[in-house]
Amino acid sequence: MPETTIHQPVEKPRNPHIENFKNIVKRLKKNKAAMVGGFLILLFVITAFVGPYLVPFSAGEQVLVNKLQGPSAEHWFGTDHLGRDIFSRIIHGMSITLYIGFFSVVIGAIVGVIFGIISGYFGGKIDTLIMRAMDILLAFPGILLALGVVTILGPSLNNVIIAVGVFSVPSFARIVRGSTLSVKELEYIDAVRALGASDFRIIVRHVLPNVFSPIIVQATLRIATAILTAAGLSFLGLGAQPPKPEWGAMLSDGRNYIFDAGHVALFPGLAIVIVVLAFNIFGDGLRDALDPKMKS
Amino acid sequence: MTTKLLEINNLKQYFPIKGGIFGRTVNHVKAVDDVSFYVNEGETLSIVGESGCGKSTTGRAVLRLDDPTSGEITFQGDDLLALNKQQMRRKRKDLQIIFQDPYASINPRQTVRQILEEAMSIQKVLPKAERMDKIMELLDTVGLGSHQLDRFPHEFSGGQRQRIGIARALAVDPKFIVCDESVSALDVSIQAQVLNLLKQLQRDLNLTYLFIAHDLGVVRHISDRVAVMYLGKIVEIGEKKEIFDNPKHPYTKSLLSAIPVPDPSNQQERIHLKGDVPSPIDPPTGCRFHTRCPFATEKCKNEVPELRVTKDMTGTHQAACHHIEEIESGAKQPNY
Repeated sequence: MPETTIHQPVEKPRNPHIENFKNIVKRLKKNKAAMVGGFLILLFVITAFVGPYLVPFSAGEQVLVNKLQGPSAEHWFGTDHLGRDIFSRIIHGMSITLYIGFFSVVIGAIVGVIFGIISGYFGGKIDTLIMRAMDILLAFPGILLALGVVTILGPSLNNVIIAVGVFSVPSFARIVRGSTLSVKELEYIDAVRALGASDFRIIVRHVLPNVFSPIIVQATLRIATAILTAAGLSFLGLGAQPPKPEWGAMLSDGRNYIFDAGHVALFPGLAIVIVVLAFNIFGDGLRDALDPKMKS
Repeated sequence: MTTKLLEINNLKQYFPIKGGIFGRTVNHVKAVDDVSFYVNEGETLSIVGESGCGKSTTGRAVLRLDDPTSGEITFQGDDLLALNKQQMRRKRKDLQIIFQDPYASINPRQTVRQILEEAMSIQKVLPKAERMDKIMELLDTVGLGSHQLDRFPHEFSGGQRQRIGIARALAVDPKFIVCDESVSALDVSIQAQVLNLLKQLQRDLNLTYLFIAHDLGVVRHISDRVAVMYLGKIVEIGEKKEIFDNPKHPYTKSLLSAIPVPDPSNQQERIHLKGDVPSPIDPPTGCRFHTRCPFATEKCKNEVPELRVTKDMTGTHQAACHHIEEIESGAKQPNY
């Protein structure tokens, strides 16, 4: 007789990560400003990838007879002192801006999280040492610190990323240390320790997943600061070198014509403002959505 | 013949209080101050006392969750405090803990399966292929169903979560388990279920418990022997029957008089203690209980009483009071 197996309907386990994610999205959707910010960021990312193929001019195309023209139907944002189309250059520069923002924050976050977790988890002398080092970094104004790093490494786009990354480290280290301090006091950490887990396992498997949301929020907010600082460095001539269509560098170019042809500086400046603003309001909204208790 | 599984001698746990700009140690909280006791194989020793008396600290020190300031902890002949980090991690297989708060003691981001699997993989219990069977067996042992295997902690009730905590402790086949207020956070009906589960596990697996509690009813139900702690010291220790029926120390007496009697016509006189528990940062000299003891004398202020045996004690009963004989004979009257 063939055996028959009865298939019982298996109740699908509800993963708290997914459940939690749904809740966060729900809360985020209620926040109009954050949604606008998020939508803009999405638009920027798409622009960065496909924008350069859609704009009428390349980033470096010079038509000197058309130099310093105001906005027109052909050149939406006008042209600069070499007759390059500013609108096209801004679109081309989008990917550079996002590239700097993203990678400098990734560097800062990785290093900062490692420092912060070690500091909070082990405490004692290591904690004092790391946190005092972070205090020293924090004591510098961000741009000055980045200036110092770029001066040492030499002006280039990648060095700007490293510089901005370095100055993002302390903010991540502090936030992660704080969260680690509270997570490590929880009984389940003791329970795993009582089972004989190594410090490495406890940190990676039990502390890190539980300090993740403040890291995400901080990263989003930090991208805005990073973009601003990088633009500042390029403005000072220490970041992206001409003819790269970096916004800060374009702003710097426009400075010389600010009274005769204000649009040359105006439009890159506006672009920086909008991108930074989008990341800031999205980051704020994300913080409120991730932790409703933090909202004051 | 009973053998001592765990022996603790002169255990001290002082937590430093840091102060000033340079984080110098300005003082200590003397959470556990010179405590000695032993636990026989297969028995349950309960530690009772009010909040802050050092009972949980003692339990944590035994497992080296906090390293004690000084003392000796011998487990099956090995000095636990002499082990290095690596050796201690392996030793943890034999010593487990079940916590008080079932909501805080399991990682909310792991399923039951992950929790138990991790416990086994840390201690390398069984080859990988056989672990699944063991997990099912564990679930069955603690009274959870196999369909609950892939659920997350938030899908369980408090009592069920506590069962997960018990299963996790059992996953590594321990010999000794510290139950740190393991049932205090549960409803009374669930308390009984969990207590009975613990008792049954003890019989089946020959476990030894160090049971930390403040609920005397629970202690009476589960213990073989009882130790009463006050402000970092053991004031009385002995067989459960002796402690409950023949208490000698004034503190134990007042503690026992606080158990409600479910008979309105047979109410015993409650012994009310004056004042609060003194601070363990600067504990009273001599007998630590003298500031609240109705029988306290000059001697109590100056001399620290040792645990000792008096004539009508049986078994391993000992108490730390200078005036047991006078109090028992009625020669000393309480001075409320």
